[in-house]
Amino acid sequence: MPVLKADFEACQGYGNCITGAPDAYDIDDDGVVVLLKQEITDEERPRIEEAARSCPVSALTVEDS
Amino acid sequence: MSEPASSVRTVVVVGSSVGGVRTAQALRSEGFGGRVVLVGDEARLPYDKPPLSKQFLAGSWGTERVALLTEATADQAGIELRLGVAAERLDVAGRQVVLADGQRLDYDAVVIATGAAARPSPWAARSGVHVVRTMSDSESLQADLRRDDHVVVVGGGFIGAEVAATARSLGREVTVVDPLPVPIGRVVGAAVGSHFAELHRRHGVATRFGTGVESVEGEAGNLRVVLTDGTELTAGTVVVGIGATPNDGWLADSGLLVENGVVCDEFCRAVDAPAVHAVGDVARWFHPDRGEHIRVEHWTNAVDQAVCVAHNIAHPDDLRADRPVEYVWSDQYDWTIQIVGRPHRATEHHLVGDPAADRPRFAALYRGADGQLIAAVTVNWPKALVTCRRLVAAGSTFAAAVTQVEALAAAPARTAGAPA
Repeated sequence: MPVLKADFEACQGYGNCITGAPDAYDIDDDGVVVLLKQEITDEERPRIEEAARSCPVSALTVEDS
Repeated sequence: MSEPASSVRTVVVVGSSVGGVRTAQALRSEGFGGRVVLVGDEARLPYDKPPLSKQFLAGSWGTERVALLTEATADQAGIELRLGVAAERLDVAGRQVVLADGQRLDYDAVVIATGAAARPSPWAARSGVHVVRTMSDSESLQADLRRDDHVVVVGGGFIGAEVAATARSLGREVTVVDPLPVPIGRVVGAAVGSHFAELHRRHGVATRFGTGVESVEGEAGNLRVVLTDGTELTAGTVVVGIGATPNDGWLADSGLLVENGVVCDEFCRAVDAPAVHAVGDVARWFHPDRGEHIRVEHWTNAVDQAVCVAHNIAHPDDLRADRPVEYVWSDQYDWTIQIVGRPHRATEHHLVGDPAADRPRFAALYRGADGQLIAAVTVNWPKALVTCRRLVAAGSTFAAAVTQVEALAAAPARTAGAPA
């Protein structure tokens, strides 16, 4: 199954990922991304991959496990 | 593996900045199996523009850090790159993009993503006057900023304010000039905007707001800027950030309806040519929730539109309308500013937090005429921004939003006030 990865140091809290995939990404009180799940299905991959790509600092990726 | 729903075999994407690149990538995510060709007039590999007025200009990020696509990732995604050659014409009837070198690219669908160009300086000096739009612009300004002399920034909008902050961080003396008394007031309203003006002064940057520029003369290292009130400023470098205009001139004889951008329907298809799509700064599309055609020059808008257009090309029997809530960010000095919605339409606003505090964390919430939350501006507070972005999209009432954000402020934040 595809796996979600995040570079928590790079994250600046711009929040685009959450608009695109609120089931996969959230933000904590310090403004850093939170992964709501580790693995995703192939069906939801396009939408979540597009949300990951909307990160202005490229902090998010979807990788093959 | 071509999508059976789509008869499209070749998509030509014209424009290699973020809108074009993200469209090409999203076509693959959406399962499009045909040919994808990405055309760009710059010979450089695609790069991202927001850092060009900030980290890249400061020299803290190099070209690899701002890359949008490498040859390897393009190859992996099956994206053919045609860089260093501009699209010169669009032959809509013949379904061809005509390149400056005379080559013609056949397409079944074309995506216009040619962006916008910096409005050029109306004041002609011999040298030393810059705009910031491309990587070359940023590099040439960076070289001039190495000289320790006065920098005058004309235009107090996002680009101007970011360049002023970067120049200041490099130790330069900086003055920002803008004919408006509160430049960012156009976006966030005069009251909230005054805190942004104060931000410059707090960081030792002089402002001449409410004053225009009459002339700029001289050369790099020795420029004379005359203001409309008669004041003369000497400068080594002048930066002009006075807006952008859509790169739609190459479409003039295409027969497409072009009026301050390519006029599109709610699916981001050109109104009179459904095989033609547009994304980003060059697109003026019909926003269904607004009931009008709008053009938005924000990074996130281009990225969202790229996904929408890729989906609509790959799945023509499941067309998706593009109906985003505006979102833009700007990093100036030690403030990360995030804006959702359209604050200038508000009838009143409510502040949570103290903008005058040292490295503050605050939010301004904006009420629309019908009592809804229509916009929010946050500073150093991403959690509040994300909350407001959801509330604006959901059509929350202003009162409920204020309650929710005040509750957020009351919750103990572990490192409130620490750099993001």
